Amino acid sequence: MGNKQTIFTAEQLDAYQDCTYFTRKEILRLFDRYRDLAPQLVPLDYTGQPDVKLPYELIGSMPELKDNPFRQRIAEVFSEDGEGNMTLDDFLDMFSVLSEMAPRDLKAYYAFKIYDFNNDDFICQSDLVKTLNKLTRNELTEDEVRMVCEKVIDEADLDNDGRLSLEDFQHMIVRAPDFLSTFHIRI
Amino acid sequence: MIILQPSNYNDAKCNVFCVFLGHHVDDGPQRRPNRRQGAGRGGAKGRGRGKKAASEDEDEDDEDEAPRGRRVANKKKPTKKRGGDEEDDSEDEAPKRKKKGAANRKRGGKAQESDEEDSDVGKGRKGKKGGGKKGGKEAEDTKDLNKWKSNQWLSYEKSLFLGESSGDLFGFLLLEEVEEKKKLIATIRNKPWRMKRRLLDLKEAQEFVDKFEGALGKGKGRKWFAYKVMMKKKWIKFQRDFENFRTACIPWERKIKDVESHFGSSVASYFIFLRWMYGMNLVLFGFTFGLVVIPEVLMGLPYGSIPRKTVPRAEQDTAQDYSVLMDFNGYCKYSVLFYGYYNDQRTIGLLKFRLPLSYLMVGIGTFGYSLMVVIRTMAKNADVGGGDGDESEFTFAWKMFTSWDYLIGNSETADNKYASITTSFKESIVDEQENQKDENIHLRRFLRVLANFFITCSLGGSGYLIYFVVKRSQEFANRTDLSWYEKNELEIIMSLLGLVCPPLFETIAELEDYHPRIALKWQLGRIFALFLGNLYTFLFALFDEVNTKVQQKEIITRYYANYTLLLNGTGATPPPMSPADVIRGPCWETAVGIEFVKLTVSDIQVSYLTILIGDFARAVIVRFLNYCWCWDLEAGFPSYGEFDISGNVLGLVFNQGMIWMGAFYAPGLVGINVLRLLSSMYYQCWAVMATNVPHERVFKASKSNNFYMGLLLLILFLSLLPVVYTIMTLPPSFDCGPFSGKAKMFDVIMETIDLDLPAFLGTLFSYAANPGLIIPAVLLMVLAIYYLNSVSEAYQNANMELKKKMQMPESKPTKTKPGTASKGVNLERDVALASPNPNGRGPVSRPPGPRGPAPMPGDGPGRGRGRGRGAPPR
Repeated sequence: MGNKQTIFTAEQLDAYQDCTYFTRKEILRLFDRYRDLAPQLVPLDYTGQPDVKLPYELIGSMPELKDNPFRQRIAEVFSEDGEGNMTLDDFLDMFSVLSEMAPRDLKAYYAFKIYDFNNDDFICQSDLVKTLNKLTRNELTEDEVRMVCEKVIDEADLDNDGRLSLEDFQHMIVRAPDFLSTFHIRI
Repeated sequence: MIILQPSNYNDAKCNVFCVFLGHHVDDGPQRRPNRRQGAGRGGAKGRGRGKKAASEDEDEDDEDEAPRGRRVANKKKPTKKRGGDEEDDSEDEAPKRKKKGAANRKRGGKAQESDEEDSDVGKGRKGKKGGGKKGGKEAEDTKDLNKWKSNQWLSYEKSLFLGESSGDLFGFLLLEEVEEKKKLIATIRNKPWRMKRRLLDLKEAQEFVDKFEGALGKGKGRKWFAYKVMMKKKWIKFQRDFENFRTACIPWERKIKDVESHFGSSVASYFIFLRWMYGMNLVLFGFTFGLVVIPEVLMGLPYGSIPRKTVPRAEQDTAQDYSVLMDFNGYCKYSVLFYGYYNDQRTIGLLKFRLPLSYLMVGIGTFGYSLMVVIRTMAKNADVGGGDGDESEFTFAWKMFTSWDYLIGNSETADNKYASITTSFKESIVDEQENQKDENIHLRRFLRVLANFFITCSLGGSGYLIYFVVKRSQEFANRTDLSWYEKNELEIIMSLLGLVCPPLFETIAELEDYHPRIALKWQLGRIFALFLGNLYTFLFALFDEVNTKVQQKEIITRYYANYTLLLNGTGATPPPMSPADVIRGPCWETAVGIEFVKLTVSDIQVSYLTILIGDFARAVIVRFLNYCWCWDLEAGFPSYGEFDISGNVLGLVFNQGMIWMGAFYAPGLVGINVLRLLSSMYYQCWAVMATNVPHERVFKASKSNNFYMGLLLLILFLSLLPVVYTIMTLPPSFDCGPFSGKAKMFDVIMETIDLDLPAFLGTLFSYAANPGLIIPAVLLMVLAIYYLNSVSEAYQNANMELKKKMQMPESKPTKTKPGTASKGVNLERDVALASPNPNGRGPVSRPPGPRGPAPMPGDGPGRGRGRGRGAPPR
């Protein structure tokens, strides 16, 4: 990073710093990462706020994401169009939430969104099955999957409606000892 | 209906204002337009705006669609103009106001009010900006417009009336609004909104604050207030720049990230710990070199000027030999690296630098600083720790949602992780199904007891071995015909124990079948015990040596006394003697320092060689011999090494212990250590990436960072003891070091108090050092510790109670957010936004449509833009 960068104006950088958990250096680094994905698409000058979107195929191939079983969901949740195509803003947004500095509640909110595969604002049985199969690469038998999902709902569902609402999820996840350390991507 | 819609993005103040309005308006039909006017343009803030609008309405009295458009244009024009200068504006405004009649003039009269007027105008403009963009919407509402036009005059009067009576209320509202906006700016990153919206809201909030913050002060305090605001802004800017600078200075971020993605967070935690250590040692290095070594080099007497700075005649022939230098004898021994080189002059150089005092202070300050940093880091870590894993009610849920480590960015690690997650799920399922078999537990318990028995045995054995070797080495010390092995027996045995025992423990620990994270802690604890035994044996051996040297010293002092007596008796002047020929005592401090430096250096050599042979050579052999070997080397017996977290962490911790102990006697040791940490960062990073494979069961490092810190604290305390003991009780050598000639090292402080500080301070200190004062002080401190301890316990209990209460099954869990209070995350409102029914919040009859920029960035959720409703309608 040079001090004479012209990618963003000073105001833009300040605004990004206010809106994310990143410092100036990190924002510029993230921009570089973003640009490296498709140097021909992304201009080097963002002062005019160009309308550039990178397709999911590029985003998902980042080394940080490519081994993540939930990469598609992450991209979908954080992209504005819901299909995983990301603008720079979405990109920054994603890594801001996944950064070390983001508070637990914010992370929990987005984790909920990620695990809510069908976007119905509830994590229901089918979402759980999908999550579990992604986590174990379909190694568990059907009975086992069913049992685990039942157990999860049994444990975390406070209002007994057979699915997890955001409140249920947060109630459960804020107590998890490992949540903060695992829901985190260092950039 | 439109009436309610704007109140969505307005805050409570809007309602306050509307209610206020409602009090003055009696009949229904009037009330509605009023609210429309107030709320539609931004509610409370819109008082001035409403007035303004009203005045324009007055100008172009009864018109319909077309004029309406013109009016919008009209409104826009001044907006642009005002961007430049305010004064022009108010002039612009003036003629209009005149038309408006008496009520308005009355307002203008008061000086104080004029301030508000300013802001009023600004607000109106702001609202209009939003209004202008929302033109389409407004056009839609023309029917309503027509309805309320007829009542316009009345409401106008009302608003004027209000303007008179509610000047203070308005100021108050404005203040609150500004505060709200500031809060929004500070917390905007916590909002789960899209970046675009956040940027927009941020910008508007900033503009708002910029504009109105200065207008808040009143009367005389205004300038001061503006100044304060400005300074605050500058301070925030400075803080951000500083923060940017600070993060730019943190090294090895990428390296650690690479390691983390390959090996999981547990291996990375070692490197983070290493980096932390490096930072701490850098500070220690700065102190030691800046305040002790460099002053001595620059201002002290040069080499060869006095005996303590000269190699003795007998050693001069071999002083430059490589083997001698490697043992830190010869020129090394009489260099600035060691205690003995320093002179006992009270002040040196032109600056009158008090070197002995500085030496003592740095020695003590090293411990003080380390203690402070370690404890502070521990406290911070404990704070972050957050959730406690003792509740087992969410086993499956946690496994499901937190077991994937998002940091993993390497396919091999990912494969391992998948496997370990599957295994852990299967284990839990089996556990759940079998509901814990009893016989299993007994067998496991038996195995664990057995393992601990073995380990205790081997610990005892190694302890005895060391004791035996130390005894023998004391025998050897009196002989001269020693072979190389006999000379170095102690070091060799200790290194061998350090090499053999940890793997042995690891093998035994297999019996116990703990979770790897817990196993790691056990392993750490055991090796810690082993190393501690070694360290303290070493220390005792050292103290024996020191005591013999102290006795020798007495012989030499006696000799000196006789010598001077003899000289005085004959009355002859002593012949001039070269500093190299002077008979000198054994400088035990330097000897201790040399021991520590030697130990550190051999430790570095051993650990680097271990990596080179144990990891690198092994990896090379496995990799290249695999082509011509009869079994699969990579999968079979030797395989690649795993990164040994426990061994490395302990090595680091113990090394630090050596540094702390030795730094007082060998100031150069800190420099050596900094070099060591620096090189080992690069070396180990390379080694781990090039030669090691990820652990079979990749596991997360959960809070073990604090565990490392705990070990470090323990070691710090243990290394503090011998140093403080020597400083307090042993007499310093009489002819070397900065404290020579004093009965005790800390006499330097007394001397400074007596000579440099005013007399009354000296007496004050002597009172303070009175046991009659110290004992009550110690008692008081103990009491304070006891009190604080019990208070913290009470808090903990209260915490537990609250947690229990929160977990009470309720039909609908109220928002349970333990973290909210501390982190200031403002999610509640937006959580509510995520409720399934988007229409539940207000009667909205038409689709949101393309939404203009939020007219007034309240912190209320904007429609259709919060991520909560990002989901497409199904």
